[in-house]
Amino acid sequence: MAVLNEEQQMLRDGAQDWVTDRAPVSAFRKMRDSGETTDKALWKEIAEMGWAGIVIPEEYGGSDFGLTGMGLVLEETGKTLTASPLFISGLVAATALKEMGSDAQKSEWLPKIADGSAIVTLAVDEGTRHDTARTKLEAKASGDGYSLSGTKTMVIEGMAADAMLVLARTGGAAGDTDGLTLFLVPADAKGVTRSPLAVFDYRGYAKVSFDGVTVGKDAVLGTVGGAHAPLEKVLDVARVGIAAEMLGMCQQAFDTTLAYLKTRVQFNTILAQFQALQHRMADLFMELQLARSVVEHAVRAIDAGSDDAEEAAVLAKGFVGDVSNRMTRQMIQLHGGIGMTDQYDAGFYIKRSRALEATFGNQAQHVERWAQMRGY
Amino acid sequence: MNVQDSQLSAFRAEAREWLDRNFPKSLAGRREELMDAAPLYPEGEDWAAWKTAMGGKGWGTPTWPAEYGGGGLSKAEARILNDEIERIGGFNPIMGMGVNMLGPTLLEYGSEEQKTRHIPPVVTGDIRWCQGYSEPGAGSDLASLKTKAEDKGDHYLVNGQKIWTSGSMYADWCFCLVRTNNDHKHEGISFLLIDMKTPGVEVRPITLISGKQTFAEVFFTDVKVPKGNLVGELRQGWTIAKRLMQHERNGIGARKASQGELRPVHEVAIEYIGTDDQGRIADADLRARIARHQMWERAQRLTVERVVAESKQGPSEATSVMKNAGSVSIQTREELLMEIMGTQGIGWDGDDYTQVEKEQARQMLQNKANSIYGGTYEIQNNIISKRILGMLDHQ
Repeated sequence: MAVLNEEQQMLRDGAQDWVTDRAPVSAFRKMRDSGETTDKALWKEIAEMGWAGIVIPEEYGGSDFGLTGMGLVLEETGKTLTASPLFISGLVAATALKEMGSDAQKSEWLPKIADGSAIVTLAVDEGTRHDTARTKLEAKASGDGYSLSGTKTMVIEGMAADAMLVLARTGGAAGDTDGLTLFLVPADAKGVTRSPLAVFDYRGYAKVSFDGVTVGKDAVLGTVGGAHAPLEKVLDVARVGIAAEMLGMCQQAFDTTLAYLKTRVQFNTILAQFQALQHRMADLFMELQLARSVVEHAVRAIDAGSDDAEEAAVLAKGFVGDVSNRMTRQMIQLHGGIGMTDQYDAGFYIKRSRALEATFGNQAQHVERWAQMRGY
Repeated sequence: MNVQDSQLSAFRAEAREWLDRNFPKSLAGRREELMDAAPLYPEGEDWAAWKTAMGGKGWGTPTWPAEYGGGGLSKAEARILNDEIERIGGFNPIMGMGVNMLGPTLLEYGSEEQKTRHIPPVVTGDIRWCQGYSEPGAGSDLASLKTKAEDKGDHYLVNGQKIWTSGSMYADWCFCLVRTNNDHKHEGISFLLIDMKTPGVEVRPITLISGKQTFAEVFFTDVKVPKGNLVGELRQGWTIAKRLMQHERNGIGARKASQGELRPVHEVAIEYIGTDDQGRIADADLRARIARHQMWERAQRLTVERVVAESKQGPSEATSVMKNAGSVSIQTREELLMEIMGTQGIGWDGDDYTQVEKEQARQMLQNKANSIYGGTYEIQNNIISKRILGMLDHQ
């Protein structure tokens, strides 16, 4: 664990205590069994503790603890799979508004995100593979504003959201990075149809269709046609947030597996005594340490606005995604038969890991990005 | 700026000024070349002057106590000194096992007399040390070592054989694990300092698959060692050796962190394999493996930095993690480079291969030792699973 200042330590300790007391994995299981995709009661508590405002400046009702603070919380809630809009609204939408929004947009939405009274999401994906440049959803100039038509998929907390930041094409063709514009669209706008997607991590996702949805010019975030570059920076913050959640999951998957190996008896001995398993755990422990270093470096690099922030984000999403997949796969393998059952938690971890890996670019895409950044 | 910060910036100014006066410009950026050139200290007046200056100032061993000639600096000051040395393309000329392993161990376990006698010549780089640990029958199972030291009243009589003793051909002294008791495996081992010039000490170099001779066998035949050369208590040697090995592994893991000057693998790939019309390395599979390697390497270096920042006192069990992650990094790099160079990468001798290519072949082979010496990859995994993860001893 990196060296933390006093405020960060308090935040982490608070998150650890809350997760243990209020949001163990059994809470997630209960929610899943009830058919819900978001734990509304826990979300209310999260908002009351102020976590939804961690990256929001104080003038808009937040605490301005940055991604370092948010990463600590996401790591803890990641351990027990807490299902809430904290990531998409409190980190992603808040960062987009903070970095790209006008003063009026910030004043209207950031305080509501910070206190949890509004959930805002980001609607960017249209195909099976995340790629903002391939956006087709069209925004035509119409009267004093724009008319949006097209479909978005895998919109995180799309059913629960009060508003969506929608990436649309105002110029160019699918594949171009120019001509993309980000719009703020209320979820209840005329012409918006939302339907839930049943995804295997049991979280809330939606498919959203836009059928001539009209918005004013004041719905544009940033500049018309120039959303690609600033939005990619926002998405890098999101990617590091995901890496922090995956780190928490990896830690928990590792700890749970280790505890199991120390209790399960076969051949009259606990499994932890078998050297083949000891060495596999030692290798996983090494990778876990590397994953932690990568995440802790990335949150700091982004908060400091350092030159290597982009590289740090690419490394975090790509490297930790890889470790997370291996860790959750081994969690199943080392648990044997019981790991295959729904009544045991291992399945939750492997499912969540795959869903997170696919979100905002998988690890192979980040390996590709790494190579491109280095000019080869 | 608080008091501590202003003291540190004053120190930075002092270090900068001193380095400006003492670091010979002719040596800038030549660390690899000079260090690899010879198993002995490099030659030349500038080198000698630099070594004398750093040794005299104690800055080659910056955090060691000033009373034994060390720099007496705080960790924060030592980091600043290191930054400043790197900034001008410099490097630390005071090196070797005396610095990395024996010194820290003697400061922790040595008698006052041993510290006063042995630390100052390590600080100045005048005395070189080697490590007498492994034996033909005691590799991974080091504690089964047999080299014995018998109590003869005023001295110990040492008989036995050590192997894989790095640099013993050039060493002045050897710190050695010897058996002083046959009834207890670990608790029968003691830690002795042996002068390599003592009658009965014989060194025979070993030729490796890389063609290099960096290791040797050391034979001890009726070697008389004064009793004052025992470090710590009799039969406390294993405890001391474990502590010393943490210093060694720390060095092996951390060393790779300082190799920022190595040529990026992708540049070599572009040179040997070429690029497609979009500027990508023409072999897509290799390109992805290079990227994954570089990401691992970066993660490993960030981990070294994190462990250093978090550590309050010296190396710990985390050292085993660092050692394994470091050897994966360097060995993957060497394998990739060999693949990239193709048949030019397996050149051994003659004018058909460049110096770099021939060195590369040897380097790839040489680095296979990274996951063997200092405790194999598998032994590190035993330590991790047993001491960190609390998994019980295998049957």
